[in-house]
Amino acid sequence: MNQEPTVFGPYAHAKNSVGRTMGLVMLSLLPATLFGLYQFGWPAIFLFVFTILACLVAEALSLRVAGKPIKPFLMDGSALLTGWLLAMTLPPWAPWWIGLVGALLAIIIAKQVFGGIGQNLFNPAMVARVALLISFPLEMTLFSQPTPLFSAQAPGFLESLAITFGSSDTIDAVSSATTLGHLKTEIGRGIALQDAASEGASIWQLLMGHSSGSLGETSAILLLLGGLFLLYKKVITWHIPVSMLGSLALLATIFHLVEPQHYVGPMTHLFSGAAILCAFFIATDLVTSPVSTRGQILFGAGCGLLVFAIRTWAGYPEGVAFAVMLMNACTPLIDHYIKPRIYGRDKKGEPLNYADEGADIG
Amino acid sequence: MSSTNLFKLFKIRGGVHPDDRKKLSADQSIEKLPLPPLLHIPLQQHIGAPAEPLVRRGEEVKKGQLLARSQGAISAPVHAPTSGRIMGVGGYPAHHPSGLSVRTITLKPDGLDEWIEDLEPASEPFSLPPEEIAERVAHAGIVGMGGATFPSAVKLNLRKRYTLDTLVINGAECEPYLTCDDRLMREQPLQVIEGVKLMARALDVDHVLFAIENNKPEAQAAIREAAAHCDMVTVVGLPTRYPMGSEKHLVQTLIGKETPARGLTADIGVVVHNVATAKAVHDAIFLGQPLLSRIMTVTGGAVKQPKNVEVLIGTPLSHLVDFCGGFTQTPERLISGGPMMGQPLPSTRVPAVKGSNGLLALTTEETQTSTEMPCIRCASCVSACPCGLVPLDMANHIRAGGLDTSVKLGLLDCIACGSCAYVCPAHIPLVHYFNYAKGELAARQRAQHKQNETKRLIEARNDRMERIKQAKREAMLKRKKEMEAKKKREAEASAVAGAES
Repeated sequence: MNQEPTVFGPYAHAKNSVGRTMGLVMLSLLPATLFGLYQFGWPAIFLFVFTILACLVAEALSLRVAGKPIKPFLMDGSALLTGWLLAMTLPPWAPWWIGLVGALLAIIIAKQVFGGIGQNLFNPAMVARVALLISFPLEMTLFSQPTPLFSAQAPGFLESLAITFGSSDTIDAVSSATTLGHLKTEIGRGIALQDAASEGASIWQLLMGHSSGSLGETSAILLLLGGLFLLYKKVITWHIPVSMLGSLALLATIFHLVEPQHYVGPMTHLFSGAAILCAFFIATDLVTSPVSTRGQILFGAGCGLLVFAIRTWAGYPEGVAFAVMLMNACTPLIDHYIKPRIYGRDKKGEPLNYADEGADIG
Repeated sequence: MSSTNLFKLFKIRGGVHPDDRKKLSADQSIEKLPLPPLLHIPLQQHIGAPAEPLVRRGEEVKKGQLLARSQGAISAPVHAPTSGRIMGVGGYPAHHPSGLSVRTITLKPDGLDEWIEDLEPASEPFSLPPEEIAERVAHAGIVGMGGATFPSAVKLNLRKRYTLDTLVINGAECEPYLTCDDRLMREQPLQVIEGVKLMARALDVDHVLFAIENNKPEAQAAIREAAAHCDMVTVVGLPTRYPMGSEKHLVQTLIGKETPARGLTADIGVVVHNVATAKAVHDAIFLGQPLLSRIMTVTGGAVKQPKNVEVLIGTPLSHLVDFCGGFTQTPERLISGGPMMGQPLPSTRVPAVKGSNGLLALTTEETQTSTEMPCIRCASCVSACPCGLVPLDMANHIRAGGLDTSVKLGLLDCIACGSCAYVCPAHIPLVHYFNYAKGELAARQRAQHKQNETKRLIEARNDRMERIKQAKREAMLKRKKEMEAKKKREAEASAVAGAES
């Protein structure tokens, strides 16, 4: 018998771990990521790898400074996943230092300063993305046309190295607006939505991902597939994705029906930009979302509402990162006020009293 | 008797599906353990006050003889499991994680296994009045044999204080590994059903729900057959899910009502008894035999031949392990009960007690121990909790010393089922935190009680002293007055005498 101090049971455990949870999330991101890397070619691959490496190095350094054991925390996969998610929300041909600054912001400022894994209030990848977007609006909004790997217009290996690690002049030639960005600009110029939409990508293109956008957000269908896998594996529950996409679709439908000239339809809202990526992989971030199912529904609905509001009325064409961060800030409040009902107690926490049932009051 | 399929079940919240590992021992028939060289019978094997010993060192006792009587309203007597000589009444390591010494009667069996002569089986058990059934159960020393060890007679007398309508027999056996109830239901269904009928009579209810999880089809069939001619017993198949056997959750599954917080299932008209308790009630009334033995499952990856064994109360567990072929490797954990809610044992020296339903010797592979990581707020524990609690929140407050906050969050509503800790990907020992907090709260309450008592006694003493002083002063005053009066009288008397002379 071992001489460890007595620890109460259970003495059986489900075969799971933090690392396994993170691993499953990454596995479900894989199809959309591979597609994104293929679609945007070598520069995207360089940026992706570089961002992840920067995150891992930043994590290791922070752990060292904090005096925590490096190996178990580095091996739990959380820093890898943060880097992965961050890279997926960056413009694919962004220069290397965008990835570096993002990684440092995500790991050091958004995660380790709060106390490391599980302690952060905001989703690290979203903090980094928002900070980058505000600080480097030019680099963060230059989206390249899809130029699949090995296709004629794709840059070669060396040329790609120059795009990612060289000066940023090279990409001007191929830049293109995202669907949401394009629509926003056109509506801003007073052009009717139908005319504007004819130039943008079709819903089919959005679904398949043959459109410009951030590295990993373009293929709605692959992201959806990954999300369903996460649901199947019970890493996430349906509450946040369904309530977020549901409220977004509902608002978009109502406004589109009332004034189709000015308001984009629900399909565009759902399948362009980062809505799907966010609903399944970012808003559902375990650490920064509420723990009760009712809280999660409220959280998701709030995200959907804010995404719609920001996309429609605010200055930015895409509002996912802002929406998630605003709702992250509400999570402690939601968790404080919305708790599951305790067995044997009513909603106020008082013991159930069957004697009162049906009895006349007074 | 109605069919399982027709019975409407209600859904409970949360729960987990651990690997049940019952195959290890489920097909092993109950075997009788040979007499051990010594029996160590603790005086407290139940919830409540310990029994008071009636025998001395050197005394010869017969099988079934009363060794220690119950004292107080909630207590249970203990009897000699076999005939032999009392070697002493003293301290022996308890069947408890601490292994602390508790008062124990040591008996050296003489090998004759001779019964006492005055066994009093009831001639017509079903014409006994309810009070007498409960009394005989109390005298037989029967306690809740599912592991709770609450004196059964107290529960059989609940009809006096509550309006009862249903008796639920708990044959869920939702803990992984354990198969002792399963075997009992398969091998002695008639005795179990007779015991159930007696308990229903004692409780004065005419509706019995016999609940068995669906992973025990043979037990379901055996009990169904035994209860075929008994209209009041309905055998119900339960979905296999842990903690289905938790009293309050079992009742909710069956009748759809939650037991009020801090209350009993009797508040909603239901009393729950375990299968093995029913069998013990049968033995006590039909045969007049007190509770002397019980069925235990000895299993786990480190046990050579997992078995179901009928064990005399007081048998050292080492004897049991030897009977099962010993250990194949040094067990990582030695556990009394199931792996979910069982307690770790310090060694195999400790004796089997009335509440021990299993002895598990688990390997490292089975316990899946892993280093604790920080909580990632994944909410697995929230969805696994059958009580609607937020375990991660409670643990955070306990870690930070906020015991009162954790109570507000529902710490005392926690049934310690371990579902939260079972699913936690960060391997946080949540139940350990909760048990620590519950213990700490109890200690604080005791300290508070002690403080209040001391204060009350001091105040009482001060009052008493004050009263004594007051009385003394009054007495002095009175005597002074009397003296003065006397002097006065004397003076008057002498004056009169002077005048007369």
